Amino acid sequence: MLTTLLWIITKALILAIAIIGACAVELLIERKVLGYFQYRLGPVRVGPWGVLQPIADVVKMLFKEDIINREADKIIFKLAPMIAFFTALSAWVVIPWGPGYAMSDPNAGLLVFLAIGSLGIYGVTLGGWASQTKYTLLGSMRATAQMISYELAMGMAVIGVILMAGSVSITKIVEAQAVGIYGYNWLWQLPGFFVFFMAALAETARTPFDLPEAETELVGGYNTEYAGMRFGLFFLGEIVHLLNMSAMITLLYLGGWNTLPFLSFIPPVVTFFLKVCFVIFVFMWIRVTWPRMRYDRLMSFGWKVLLPLAAVNLLGTAIYVAMFA
Amino acid sequence: MFEGIAGVAKGLGTTLKVFFRKKNTITYPAHKKQRSARYHGRHELRTYENGLEMCVGCELCQVACPANVITVLAAENDPNNPHSPGERYGYKYQVDLLRCIFCGMCEDACPTDCLHLTQDFELATWTREESILQKDRLVNRKPSGFKVPMNVYPPFEGRKVVKA
Repeated sequence: MLTTLLWIITKALILAIAIIGACAVELLIERKVLGYFQYRLGPVRVGPWGVLQPIADVVKMLFKEDIINREADKIIFKLAPMIAFFTALSAWVVIPWGPGYAMSDPNAGLLVFLAIGSLGIYGVTLGGWASQTKYTLLGSMRATAQMISYELAMGMAVIGVILMAGSVSITKIVEAQAVGIYGYNWLWQLPGFFVFFMAALAETARTPFDLPEAETELVGGYNTEYAGMRFGLFFLGEIVHLLNMSAMITLLYLGGWNTLPFLSFIPPVVTFFLKVCFVIFVFMWIRVTWPRMRYDRLMSFGWKVLLPLAAVNLLGTAIYVAMFA
Repeated sequence: MFEGIAGVAKGLGTTLKVFFRKKNTITYPAHKKQRSARYHGRHELRTYENGLEMCVGCELCQVACPANVITVLAAENDPNNPHSPGERYGYKYQVDLLRCIFCGMCEDACPTDCLHLTQDFELATWTREESILQKDRLVNRKPSGFKVPMNVYPPFEGRKVVKA
């Protein structure tokens, strides 16, 4: 009993450290890739190819003065970044990055993931409110409304995947796609893939849906008043959320760790990692290309385009599954 | 709707193309961009091939400067130890780089082509006094390719004494 508990704690620690390390790498990769897309080099000074830049960023954040507003609600102000980071990190418990490699594989793993991911919205809401500033309140309310609207579309798109695989467990969904490259769900659930992709962009508040933290319009949105490591926690939480969504897209739509039969010498973990990297690359590519959507158009896109599209997708999938499976 | 999608895809293609292009960022200070040939940088006073200074202390650069940057004081050449191939030379030559606007009018005004604006643009200093260049920092002893024009300066033989 005690050994299993210790074993679980060790695994959890290793996972947490690995994800935080991945965050640090993603920070650097994002800045370099964004620079290359914009016809410039990213960070080049700090190490060869800028590899020591995350260390410099972390040191900078740690040494900054921790400012708390006078009118801010002290407890919630300190709690909000923790919620944002913690929920994003805990969702990694149910993500399998190889066959049998999930830290825990419940029968309703997908539901658990969506539920924990939705809790992260509290971090944004409470953070913006606790700062007691106009800009942060506006930013956080916008962010909350955006995120909960796109959660609905995301959930409905995911039901299509569940119907195709016949199970809510993520491992089974990936195994149901193991039919070469044409068995992957992005082909069979094309509208659902589009909906999920757009909803993932909106969930992580990335361009073109990044009005919550639009630097030119709301100063910093909900994280204006956060300084130093608190802002670091929000920022890291956002990156972990991005990794979450990329992993979900890979697992649900791009076949997870399955490869073509002639590539089966590559270990499944590596395939999964490469696919997640590709999805993150596409996210950054979109960030650097598309302009930001205006907020009312963003909301109408979520409610009037994505949700009906997901419903149509669900209808089609249900008919197909009822008739042919 | 399809032209919208086509436009979006075209935008994505453009950024992807740029991703693989060679970047034109110049990693200063490892590499420095070449300035143009007539670039207005720091001032220098050139010298002739035989070591004499080209500056004859005419103070035309001081007059031409729109910002009153240059201070020249002329003195008479000692015939045994001339500084310049003429009767006078500039014994104090001071350029205040903090006030200079690098317009190049002093370079245009110099009648002997002595004053030259080089391509040196890295002029940051730790104190203000270091930015006010005196003659020792300004004279460039490297061979400049200029020979003493003998038709302008006849051989100098000393001051003629006018018999009263």
